[in-house]
Amino acid sequence: MNAFLAEPPAGAVGVPRPRIEGAAKVTGGARYAADEPMPNLAFGCVVTATVSRGRVRDIDISAVLSMPGVLGVIDHRNAPRLDPRAGGMFFGPDGGLLLLQGDVIPYAGRPVALVVAETPEQARAAAEALPVTYDEEPHDTDFSAGHPAARPASALFGPDADVGDLDAELAASAVVVDERYRTPEEHCSAMEPHSATAWWEGDRLQAVDSNQGPFDVVRVLATLFSLDLERVRVRAEHVGGGFGSKGLCGPQLILAVMAATRFGRPVRVTLTRAQVFLTTSMRPPTDQRIRIGADADGRLRAIHHQAAFALSPLADYIELCTELTKTLYAARAIRTRLTTVPIDTVPPYSMRGPGATPGSFALESAMDELAERLGIDPLELRLRNEPAVGPVSGLPFSSRNLVACLREGARRFGWDTRDHRPRTRREGRLLVGTGMAAVSFSAGAFPSSASITAETDGTFTVAIGAADIGTGARTALTAVAADALGVGVERIRIRIADSDLGPAWNAGGSRGTTSWSWAISEAAAKLRDRMRGPARPVTATADTTRMLDDLLTKERHSYSAVFAEVAVDPATGEVRVRRLLGMFAVGRVVNPLTARSQVVGGMIGGLSMALHEEGVRDPVSGRQVNADFAGYHIAAHADVPEIEADFVPDHEPGIPMGIKGAGEIGNVGTAAAIANAVWHATGRRQRTLPIRLDRVVEERPLE
Amino acid sequence: MSGDTRGEISLRVNEVTYRLDVDHRRTLLDALREGIGHTGPKKGCDHGQCGACTVLADGRRVVSCLMLAVAAEGAEITTIEGLAGHGELSPLQKAFVRLDGFQCGFCTPGQICSAAGMLTEHAAGWPSAVTADVSPDRPAPELDAAEVRERMSGNLCRCGAYPSIVRAVLETAAREDVGR
Repeated sequence: MNAFLAEPPAGAVGVPRPRIEGAAKVTGGARYAADEPMPNLAFGCVVTATVSRGRVRDIDISAVLSMPGVLGVIDHRNAPRLDPRAGGMFFGPDGGLLLLQGDVIPYAGRPVALVVAETPEQARAAAEALPVTYDEEPHDTDFSAGHPAARPASALFGPDADVGDLDAELAASAVVVDERYRTPEEHCSAMEPHSATAWWEGDRLQAVDSNQGPFDVVRVLATLFSLDLERVRVRAEHVGGGFGSKGLCGPQLILAVMAATRFGRPVRVTLTRAQVFLTTSMRPPTDQRIRIGADADGRLRAIHHQAAFALSPLADYIELCTELTKTLYAARAIRTRLTTVPIDTVPPYSMRGPGATPGSFALESAMDELAERLGIDPLELRLRNEPAVGPVSGLPFSSRNLVACLREGARRFGWDTRDHRPRTRREGRLLVGTGMAAVSFSAGAFPSSASITAETDGTFTVAIGAADIGTGARTALTAVAADALGVGVERIRIRIADSDLGPAWNAGGSRGTTSWSWAISEAAAKLRDRMRGPARPVTATADTTRMLDDLLTKERHSYSAVFAEVAVDPATGEVRVRRLLGMFAVGRVVNPLTARSQVVGGMIGGLSMALHEEGVRDPVSGRQVNADFAGYHIAAHADVPEIEADFVPDHEPGIPMGIKGAGEIGNVGTAAAIANAVWHATGRRQRTLPIRLDRVVEERPLE
Repeated sequence: MSGDTRGEISLRVNEVTYRLDVDHRRTLLDALREGIGHTGPKKGCDHGQCGACTVLADGRRVVSCLMLAVAAEGAEITTIEGLAGHGELSPLQKAFVRLDGFQCGFCTPGQICSAAGMLTEHAAGWPSAVTADVSPDRPAPELDAAEVRERMSGNLCRCGAYPSIVRAVLETAAREDVGR
């Protein structure tokens, strides 16, 4: 560890500062992938499969080739061959990427053709007119933990936990909670539909794309199309949200590249909103069983967490629902079992707070049920089970500030006046209740590179292949670079979102700012050394690949405590969240203004998950029936109260600038806090999300 | 299909008149974006469900994805590009930046156009679904957070910038009241 990292410098980090690109975003000047002007542009419209399993019998291209403006149709019979070894960072070859490679339909929504025309209207008209026939086969989209195809999930992110004698500890427990919790298919629903424009410049492939990490996308794209890395450049200057759904090389880009290659001109492919639902990754449904045993004083003896999630046979993935169970509480015995069930749906992938979010709903609901049965304050129950070291790993915590979050959050929320009995607060026809949840979210960093140039005019150009999907990365990294160089932010010029800037981690895993800041800090240290010489401009480059090993010697997590107050109308089943408060320990906060926005936004995502979001499938066709914003409601202005979020002092000793990460933790505990508040209001447990009207409404609400 | 699917129209956008040859199926949104290069209005859903394409037509909010370009002839269209006058941000735009009323920024042009139209509607005395008194002789409803949330609910934001947006709108409204 570099000596200069031991003392965080005073300067730009920690100061609230509006976004660098703020003016561009409020004037319409910020260009997203579908906004780049492009001469001679053609438009591609995707045609997706309407059956959940089967084969394409025929696609009658001749029916649309003579329609106005149509340039042609690409399908499995004329598409270029893709290299099946391509895959994302973790899970190996990804069959989800292999579009138009055969006649097999693995899920409804799979692209079967791309129609390319001179204008968007012409492409869309021809796409809608394109006759596609199928030989349908029986499908299976019916997920449950007890499905006969269930198998152990990949252990890539660590093995299941097996600590202590679970059966003995459960048998010795004064109270045992044993309940099942379910969460549905959920969709990232970034406001910007995935869009890509691809073209060739000489023998170099160029693209502007909506993604969370242009370098990683180039790596996948180059493999798919058998190109040298140097021959592919992808930019993603402004990205309209990702939440995980733009973490992979998206179908829009693969199809745009095929079309640009075929037609020899720039082609733009923008998914429709329905296609974003049907064709891009979702959070898989989960089905979880939790058993917790405790002594009468609330000390945990045993936690048994069995979690199942859905998977596509096309691509491996891990929805690590058991993450919190392995680290949040001390217990004599902890056993986790993660299983997965392959079904015929779009391949699931990370959605904001993957694994931890549905897992937290189960664990923190069960903890609340335990507190109820023990007659203990749910807050006190958490405080009594604070571990000294990682309860499964045995590793020390780098820093653990959950207790500070719990105590400060409870103080601000006014938790100490709560009557812990359910259904005791009534306001007219409404029942009022409060609930809380404790949260951890893993922190760390992934390899990244950065370069910094000291220019002749005294300014510095910082170049890193980061992406700003709304996190405020530009603004945060400018502050980090200023402090690392010991200069004011006005002397920093930041360049991001371009694969030519070198390898860098994605905006994902709550590790973007951490990973990029590390690389910038290292490059700055090198540059300061080189600046002792007179040469200007002078550039230093750093790559952190070999610097991250120490991270594995400790458990590193962000923490939070979430408190919610709800008002429930038992006659209609309507649940309104009245108050939401989160206290966060996320390491050093680089920009309190944008970090607060991020955790508040996460809590709103959690509220939306708790009350609204549910991808619904028709069991007969296997298709999602609510693939739009009318059927799949995400929280709107009127659903969201004033939200209080703040940070307790925290510092991550093993990472430059003391940063942990704030991107996802806001999502994680909110659903459980709200579900627990609904129980407190009504006396009825909500173990299946979302907490729909029909799950709350009472036949005799006034009795 | 008849070959006669195009026609020339005249669109008035941000006080400039444009002559456009458009496909009759072209929406106002696509005419703005593809026809005259105003890509501030965004296509979030193309179904009138998200509000990202909101512009003002004769000062009133419309979702431009649900309006055909040919139907917009004769209207004064204002897009996000037209809200900043003389190179300076409007008070609403400034408040969005200062209070961080956005994250990814994709819904922002629609949020700001919607807020501008909403403030006009409110100033004209229009009630909303949460206005307690909707009788004909009522006083103008006070613009509080609940009113803003209700009136802005046609504009979705997945990043969850809602609380900051509400603060930015309320702050702007308060300043304009002082200015009156």
